[in-house]
Amino acid sequence: MGTLLKRHRWIAPYALLAPGILWLLVFYVYPAFQMFVASFWSGSLEKGFTFSLANYTNYTEAIDQFAPQYLRSIVYAGAATVLTFLIAYPLAYTIAFKGGRYKNVLLFLVVAPFFTSFLLRTISWKIILGDTGILLGPIKELGLLPEDFRLLATPIAVISGITYNFLPFMTLPVYVAVEKVDFRLVEAARDLYAGPWRPGGGIAGALVAGGLAAVLGIVFAWPWPILAAGAALIGGAVGWFLVSESFIRVTFPLSLPGVFAGSLLTFIPAIGDYVNAEFLGNPDTRMIGNVIQNKFLTQNDYPVASALSFTLMAAILVLVTVYARILGTEELTTTGRV
Amino acid sequence: MAPVDGAVAAPGAGRASARRRPGGAAVGRLARLADRYLLLVYTGLAVIYLLLPVAVIILFSFNDPAGKSNFVWQGFTLKYWLNPLGVAGLGDAVWLSLALAFLSTIIATILGTLVALALVRYSFRGRGAANSLIFLPMATPEIVLGASLLTMFVSIGSPPFFPLNFFTILLAHIMFNISYVVVTVRARLAGFPRHLEEAAMDLFANEWQTFWKVTFPLILPGIIAAALLAFSLSIDDFVITNFTAGKTQTFPMFIYAKARIGIPVQVNVIGTLIFVIAVGSVAVTTLAQRRSRSG
Repeated sequence: MGTLLKRHRWIAPYALLAPGILWLLVFYVYPAFQMFVASFWSGSLEKGFTFSLANYTNYTEAIDQFAPQYLRSIVYAGAATVLTFLIAYPLAYTIAFKGGRYKNVLLFLVVAPFFTSFLLRTISWKIILGDTGILLGPIKELGLLPEDFRLLATPIAVISGITYNFLPFMTLPVYVAVEKVDFRLVEAARDLYAGPWRPGGGIAGALVAGGLAAVLGIVFAWPWPILAAGAALIGGAVGWFLVSESFIRVTFPLSLPGVFAGSLLTFIPAIGDYVNAEFLGNPDTRMIGNVIQNKFLTQNDYPVASALSFTLMAAILVLVTVYARILGTEELTTTGRV
Repeated sequence: MAPVDGAVAAPGAGRASARRRPGGAAVGRLARLADRYLLLVYTGLAVIYLLLPVAVIILFSFNDPAGKSNFVWQGFTLKYWLNPLGVAGLGDAVWLSLALAFLSTIIATILGTLVALALVRYSFRGRGAANSLIFLPMATPEIVLGASLLTMFVSIGSPPFFPLNFFTILLAHIMFNISYVVVTVRARLAGFPRHLEEAAMDLFANEWQTFWKVTFPLILPGIIAAALLAFSLSIDDFVITNFTAGKTQTFPMFIYAKARIGIPVQVNVIGTLIFVIAVGSVAVTTLAQRRSRSG
């Protein structure tokens, strides 16, 4: 049998684990603990910091002052997660079921943006979304939008940026899950009268797609309720045509672990992100990441900054736990692999 | 798992009998067309959306901007391509990023591969805890990872505190890379043909020989994939680096610093080069693997 140490077999796994695990204990676990300690500090970088439990006021100060930024981060990250789901699911589904021999090429194209700099990609959106850029320029030329219309420096730009940057994090886990769906089950469902074309499936699809499109409309076209309603209508129609009963009853439920993993892999980095808000937003779109970064690196206010980031970590833990209770899956650590 | 290819998956083709609703023929045909082409068209659009910013980066590396900011297309030029490091500090930042990515990849790949071997090969007390510890850094926002490392470095010693430099960035990069390496190599190990190792042992290979002549060549593609992932994560990392770098400037930090005053065109040139090299190396490894598999 393939063992490395015959006499003391039990040592082998620990010997293999030790260096990597130690590294994580020293540079992940201990710093997190140290950050918790630092959130009870008072003092300054020049004079040194002192620890006291009375400094729990760091937390009250952090939350009192920055509740809007926390809330904004949750809303932006949530909206971006819903959008990545809407964009990624059909993409992952098509690659998995219709990709054929181009599957690997398509998957490669999905991750290709990662081979350029994250910062440069975000700055690219600044060029694309610019007031007279390649997107708005032609539309304004045609007179379809007023001259002073802008996307840049709005919440829309920030949410679009986050959506774009984290799209592969949703696409890959969903792809892995959809790819695993045994197509014979779908065929069995069809044989049992779950039509690709039955009102049940169509209505369910229209409701789901319409509802999600409404979210999209509200987030993206908030000042124009008609646009939102239009988006819902179009989403409903698309759902009616594309979403079959077998999809709603078989494929989609079976792919839920991928959706679960994907939404966590999108939501968690999105809620802590500050690069999109900084490059594409304005002072009113500042997220909690911007505040933490500023407090740590510009103001050197370590105690409050630590309280802020510890609160962020706790908030994520709570949100993720609630989400896991609702969607309930134990495969969290295994389906997320890409 | 049944293989699902395009032919089986297209429900319209050859499965018309599945439609049971009389009178729905026209609608059914429309649905079939939609099913056939709409998703493909959509996928094409999605790929364009994904690659649009990359195209903009490449395009603007040939731009000849009027002022300092490279936001508006002015005209085609090759002059920045002929002088890609012609901005103060850019060359140093690029070399620093390459050195960081190189070192952190080597160390994280070794540590992560060992962990993956332990997790897949052995059942032992504490395996669940080890799995969670591997998963957690990937589930923590980068800003929290960076911030906690910074508080740790600050808490070491009294003022002037622990110096932040190349070394502290390297420690951080190895930390976040380990998890990704473990996950990638573990995926490869999970379907590993154990009987090949047993055959080697039966043929009097000792454990050392078995590992290097059988196990290692088989998991090598997984290790290479992990190393490529680690390298690309490290060379592109901004947030964690920003917290652990002090005054040291990596390539992403150079971009960030220049973003306020206008990004030099050379940055786009370097970005394009990195993209081309990365895509090329992935293509080469994939082709090499395919050839060795078929040959």
